[in-house]
Amino acid sequence: MSPEARSGQRGGGPTVLLIPAYNESAAIGTVVREARSLCPSLRILVLDDCSIDDTVAIAEAAGAEVVRLPCHLGLGGCIQTGYRMVYEMGGQAAVRIDGDGQHNPADIPRLLERLAATGCEMVIGVREEGDQSTSIGLIRRIGIAFFKLLLRPILGRRVTDPTSGFVAVNRRALRVFSQSFPLEYPEIETLVVLQRRAFRFEEVPVRMRPRMGGHSSITAKRSIYFVVHVLLGVLVNILRLDAWRWLGKRRAAPRA
Amino acid sequence: MERLLNVLAFASVVLFLIVLRGLRRSRIRVEYSVSWLGAAALVFALSRARGALVWVAGYLHVNEPAVPLIFLILLVFLWVFYRFSIIISHLKDMNITLTQKVAMLDFQVRGRLPHAEETKN
Repeated sequence: MSPEARSGQRGGGPTVLLIPAYNESAAIGTVVREARSLCPSLRILVLDDCSIDDTVAIAEAAGAEVVRLPCHLGLGGCIQTGYRMVYEMGGQAAVRIDGDGQHNPADIPRLLERLAATGCEMVIGVREEGDQSTSIGLIRRIGIAFFKLLLRPILGRRVTDPTSGFVAVNRRALRVFSQSFPLEYPEIETLVVLQRRAFRFEEVPVRMRPRMGGHSSITAKRSIYFVVHVLLGVLVNILRLDAWRWLGKRRAAPRA
Repeated sequence: MERLLNVLAFASVVLFLIVLRGLRRSRIRVEYSVSWLGAAALVFALSRARGALVWVAGYLHVNEPAVPLIFLILLVFLWVFYRFSIIISHLKDMNITLTQKVAMLDFQVRGRLPHAEETKN
């Protein structure tokens, strides 16, 4: 069964695989070829955030369609472009994986299955507990632990890895994200945006891989800016929360 | 104190002239010059209204009448900066939306052109 069919989107618009990429020439070709062979029914859009290397040419040569941003918007703006496109083309769901090869396209069908089976708005592929296949830096590990603690009372549930960028979203989430999406470091803020809308998310354990090339944009120095920026973003989203609805939702049973 | 008030009045006139020059040379748009011109006019008027400053200083229990004027200048310029932050944020949002629309249109156009290679950057 195709991932589209598994996601319960039969008869609707396409399910699209979004791959944001910024100077990912070392990995993008492999990522696209893997995705094409493992998920042949998905339409693959590489979102090029104004790369200055050969990302566009390599992605196109590997068989992806490439959306080229005329100027660098940052990860959030880049992903939102994809969500907008999928929503406007009538897409029923979108899956996002990183362009550096850390996310295994073989896990995509499981995310789409969970999206269809649970009816939730977003499914996150999270690092399996005890997965030692890839090393996480100390600073990132501290950041994840901090945001897990911060998010727990806000979301009313535990989050395994709030920084994971391996996500599948349905059309309801696409509609919201096409209108409002954090510009930088969107993963954590997205969870609070979902909470604001009384949307639900599920987690699926996946096995992360080492990046195939390039380097993380979050360096040790930038990690401080990252924490402050995301904290502020989370606080702003909390301020926008409809407190009564939030409390009501936390007390009520999960929405069907 | 009189000298300080004169310096402030002179500075406000200079600010006024700089903004007018910017307007004349189209470096600043009329709608964004209003805040600066208003601020300059207010500072000039207050620096010339010694009686009002003495009254405000007395009300705030400050000995020096120039202090409330400097405090007011700070508030006015904070307000102008805040207003411009709002404008910049709005412009950034519009830029993002425009960039995304351009990318989407570019994608659609390239898909319809027979020789898409020629349109590459």
